[in-house]
Amino acid sequence: MSTTIYIPNDSSAISLGANRVAKAIQQEAAKRGIELNIVRNGSRGLYWLEPLIEVATANGRVAYGPVQVSDVTSLFDANFTQAGSHPLNLGVTEEISYFKKQQRLTFARVGKTDPVSLEDYLANEGYRGLSNALKLPAADIVKAVTDSGLRGRGGAAFPTGIKWNTVLNTPSEQKYIICNADEGDSGTFSDRMVMEGDPFVLIEGMTIAGIAVGATQGFIYLRVEYPHAHIALNTAITKAYAAGYLGDNIQGSGKKFDLEVRLGAGAYVCGEETSLMESLEGKRGLVRFKPPLPAISGLFGKPTVVNNVISLASVPIILDKGGEFYRDFGMGRSRGTLPLQLAGNIKHPGLVEVGFGLTLRELLYEYGGGSASGRPIRAVQVGGPLGAYLPESQFDTPLDYEAFAANWTVLGHGGVVVFDDTVDMAQMAKYSMEFCAVESCGKCTPCRIGSTRGYELLDDIIQGHDLEKNIPLLRSLCDTLLNGSLCALGGMTPYPVLSALNHFPEDFGLSKQKNAA
Amino acid sequence: MSGPGAIQSTVLDVIAALKDKPGALLPILHGIQDALGYIPPESVPEIAKALNLSRAEVHGVISFYHYFRETPPGNTTVHLCRAESCQAMGSLALEAHVKNKLGIDFHETTADGQFSLEPVYCLGNCACSPALQIGDEIYGRVTNASFDEIIATQEESA
Repeated sequence: MSTTIYIPNDSSAISLGANRVAKAIQQEAAKRGIELNIVRNGSRGLYWLEPLIEVATANGRVAYGPVQVSDVTSLFDANFTQAGSHPLNLGVTEEISYFKKQQRLTFARVGKTDPVSLEDYLANEGYRGLSNALKLPAADIVKAVTDSGLRGRGGAAFPTGIKWNTVLNTPSEQKYIICNADEGDSGTFSDRMVMEGDPFVLIEGMTIAGIAVGATQGFIYLRVEYPHAHIALNTAITKAYAAGYLGDNIQGSGKKFDLEVRLGAGAYVCGEETSLMESLEGKRGLVRFKPPLPAISGLFGKPTVVNNVISLASVPIILDKGGEFYRDFGMGRSRGTLPLQLAGNIKHPGLVEVGFGLTLRELLYEYGGGSASGRPIRAVQVGGPLGAYLPESQFDTPLDYEAFAANWTVLGHGGVVVFDDTVDMAQMAKYSMEFCAVESCGKCTPCRIGSTRGYELLDDIIQGHDLEKNIPLLRSLCDTLLNGSLCALGGMTPYPVLSALNHFPEDFGLSKQKNAA
Repeated sequence: MSGPGAIQSTVLDVIAALKDKPGALLPILHGIQDALGYIPPESVPEIAKALNLSRAEVHGVISFYHYFRETPPGNTTVHLCRAESCQAMGSLALEAHVKNKLGIDFHETTADGQFSLEPVYCLGNCACSPALQIGDEIYGRVTNASFDEIIATQEESA
């Protein structure tokens, strides 16, 4: 009997050598006449242990990691295919505390199954949500999503059910479902992990959305920087069509839903939903004025649902287990789970899916294990490049949309980037303005011009020029960006800039007291 | 397949295959760049004609998106991540090393046509920072030494 070995095909695992390890294991097994069944799974999200190889045993899957090509011979010598002991043996994967403490709902299958095997998907509770949805009137599907309390996981946290309801109630001969897979926020990778590690769950979520609101065409707008996700999605879509889970007559229901992946082209602003739709229409990604809302007049002027990958990938479990099941996780008005992404200077980077309510400090130390460098953590940027920097005094904030908003910080898409005490926060503020200048679509003046002026101003400030005049000018400029920009790119660039200035004035050549005035 | 005739026929094939899709312009531009490595300026009038757009509109779209390029890249393109997570793990020093090693700045190609260097704002590899992409391959936890090794293998296989 051949042993089943799992070697991640996740792009981060590959970036650490997973493909080379897979090849070495195959060669060594052939040399020793050992029969192996190698499954290329997604990542469990324990990235400091990648490439993390698992061996199926009667007592569950046993993990080894991080495995390099040079470890392969000794792993075979230690009889790892029978879960033999070896310095890299981590024990049963699901007993590793980082993993065991999590509440994996949206990520239930990621790392566990063969991502592009429909059989695996079906054997692990896949397509149960769609099967329920096909028996329900459209309004009841929308109601289940509304009842679950699911809010947009892309960052804006708008209630998904309310958005769907608007599209459902806007009559039109053509409606669209768009999945915003332009995961451009630095420090985030949960969308990528789902698309590479469990693409069927996204396809199922979009199909349910289409049936719920009466849309027959879906687009996944995927960033070009994710070639592995592109392959996984297209493979899964082809299989879903072949098995009647997409197309003109979904599982014999008479319902139709078509799905296509479209690639972006390296523009951060295309993650903004109106810019994304312009891009899908084949234009420059210029942000549109709102209203009209996309739910009323979206892609090609038709009613359109635009949801993030994680939002849509959370829909199948809601339709499978009910809105109440999902709503029972979380705190306050933030219901369900949030897949957090720990990155930057952190000892244990990875994916942590838990109900809302964990504090940032617990995430950083109980999961993250402190900084990778061993130096004190000085600042943490939460919510992508437009998110505020939090100093140590704010680490006890619970991960909850409202608690973060109360601190003038944002939870966004759940990206958490850690910096140790070697960081220069004035340089980070300058980088934020530079990023905004590079990525601005150019439609509104505060963002287009303000970002460049902000970069120049910060350059002056860093050189110590005329702080008495330049600091108030920077604050005034941020006020203009904050209140006068058309979208979140210009409107939120002040978050990292001002939080850096307010919490770390010494990096800007100011004393703490003087800045407070 | 580098002659002007071959380029022309590739462009026309891509246009013919994709022009009837809704919102066809980006798929066409990707198709051309996938085949040729860049979007030759002489393809712009052909695309404009097929989609009933002005040449200015097509050019405007090409220039809007960082990924599209109108000049041929080097044999291998290095995309170096400049975003925060990589900065937190020392990407500024890596960036200086890469530029020094290749002898070029961002958006430039080495004189021998071997390497192009482009910045990228996140590869989604933030749990393995600093990250970069060389050709189609993504690399994580890159050090100066590991960069030199990867580049040496690229040069050998070239």
